[in-house]
Amino acid sequence: MAEGRTPLWEVFVRARNGLAHKHVGSVHAADAAMALQAARDVYTRRGEGLSLWVVPSNAIVASDPSDRGMLFEPTGSKIYRHPTFYEVPEDVGHM
Amino acid sequence: MYSQALNTKDTAAADASPDADRFQARIDAEERIEPNDWMPEAYRRTLIRQISQHAHSEVVGMLPEGNWITRAPSLRRKAALLAKVQDEGGHGLYLYSAAETLGVSREELTDQLLSGRAKYSSIFNYPTLSWADIGTIGWLVDGAAIMNQIPLCRCSFGPYARAMIRVCREESFHQRQGYEIMLTLCRGTPEQKAMAQDALNRWWWPCLMMFGPPDTESAHSDTSMRWKIKRFTNDALRQKFVDATVPQGQFLGLTFPDPELRLDEASGHWQFGTIDWDEFRRVLAGNGPCNRDRLTARQKAHAEGAWVRDAALAHAAKQQRKAA
Ligand SMILES: [Fe+2]
Ligand SMILES: [Fe+2]
Repeated sequence: MAEGRTPLWEVFVRARNGLAHKHVGSVHAADAAMALQAARDVYTRRGEGLSLWVVPSNAIVASDPSDRGMLFEPTGSKIYRHPTFYEVPEDVGHM
Repeated sequence: MYSQALNTKDTAAADASPDADRFQARIDAEERIEPNDWMPEAYRRTLIRQISQHAHSEVVGMLPEGNWITRAPSLRRKAALLAKVQDEGGHGLYLYSAAETLGVSREELTDQLLSGRAKYSSIFNYPTLSWADIGTIGWLVDGAAIMNQIPLCRCSFGPYARAMIRVCREESFHQRQGYEIMLTLCRGTPEQKAMAQDALNRWWWPCLMMFGPPDTESAHSDTSMRWKIKRFTNDALRQKFVDATVPQGQFLGLTFPDPELRLDEASGHWQFGTIDWDEFRRVLAGNGPCNRDRLTARQKAHAEGAWVRDAALAHAAKQQRKAA
């Protein structure tokens, strides 16, 4: 095939106002305007969203799964970051 | 639709590394595997093959139904069929997108389909001869697809499972619109009912083949089950489909083209006759009634769309140069 590759875009949909945009998948498109059009056709055929983001896939920087322990495990021992760590007498009421 | 166990042989290397053990432990604990996670090469290969075959099936599956869009008997039916075919295109795209997370490019996948190297569900190599075929496809083919796809929503590979959840949400409309067509025909004139019966006669056995070869012959069912890509065997899903479908056909007042079909009171299951696996293999090998038509149609669509893709890329490059 002589043709060039059509870039890949990640698609995010906001289901309704008040919710964050959520990743739903990807589309191929030559430019941003066409990516939005394709995302609309592919991912919102039944009122799934009110707003779309498309982001060039190669612009996303992801953490390495093998760093998961290093990055996320230390918080497991920091129980003092949670409200239940602190003792408040019941008489004080809800806090 | 339409994932089908196609029985292509794959040497699922029994990886015996600490990584492989950890991987299997995660699967056993019902953890989902995400694209950047470590995975055995055979798991990656199996998924790329299965997801892309599934995607190709959705895309080729647009052809037999697309054949009737311009001849739908009313505007209501036309709008519904158009929306269904559009959905199938969407399913193909969700699935290609999931396959690409495994490191294969869209161009490669498209090329595999167009060059005839990739397989797709055998069911789409049968012709749609009358309007009743559209009803039958919705009712039976999408019905079989739903049976296949619901367990895939819990597949161990995250992107595939998520794509399946979207797909399953949309399939139920497909099946209901098909059944409604059948019901209308069966309550219509004797000619219309005969048309419905003729369609059922032609589609019933190919639909049973959609679940893939019997468990005794299915080459990689075991590995797929261990990896939780597959949750039920081909035969188990086929039986579920028959049990669900026979009463629906009886409600329509149609007869199934299987003299051996009977309810086994003890098990509560419908027993059915022997499937012609030679036919299945023939169609899969490229010698079904429409294999060549389907492939030619896809090749033609791709070739005739080339100038659009080229123009879009040229335009994007020009805009970028202007902005720079
Ligand atoms: Fe589908
Ligand atoms: Fe469908």
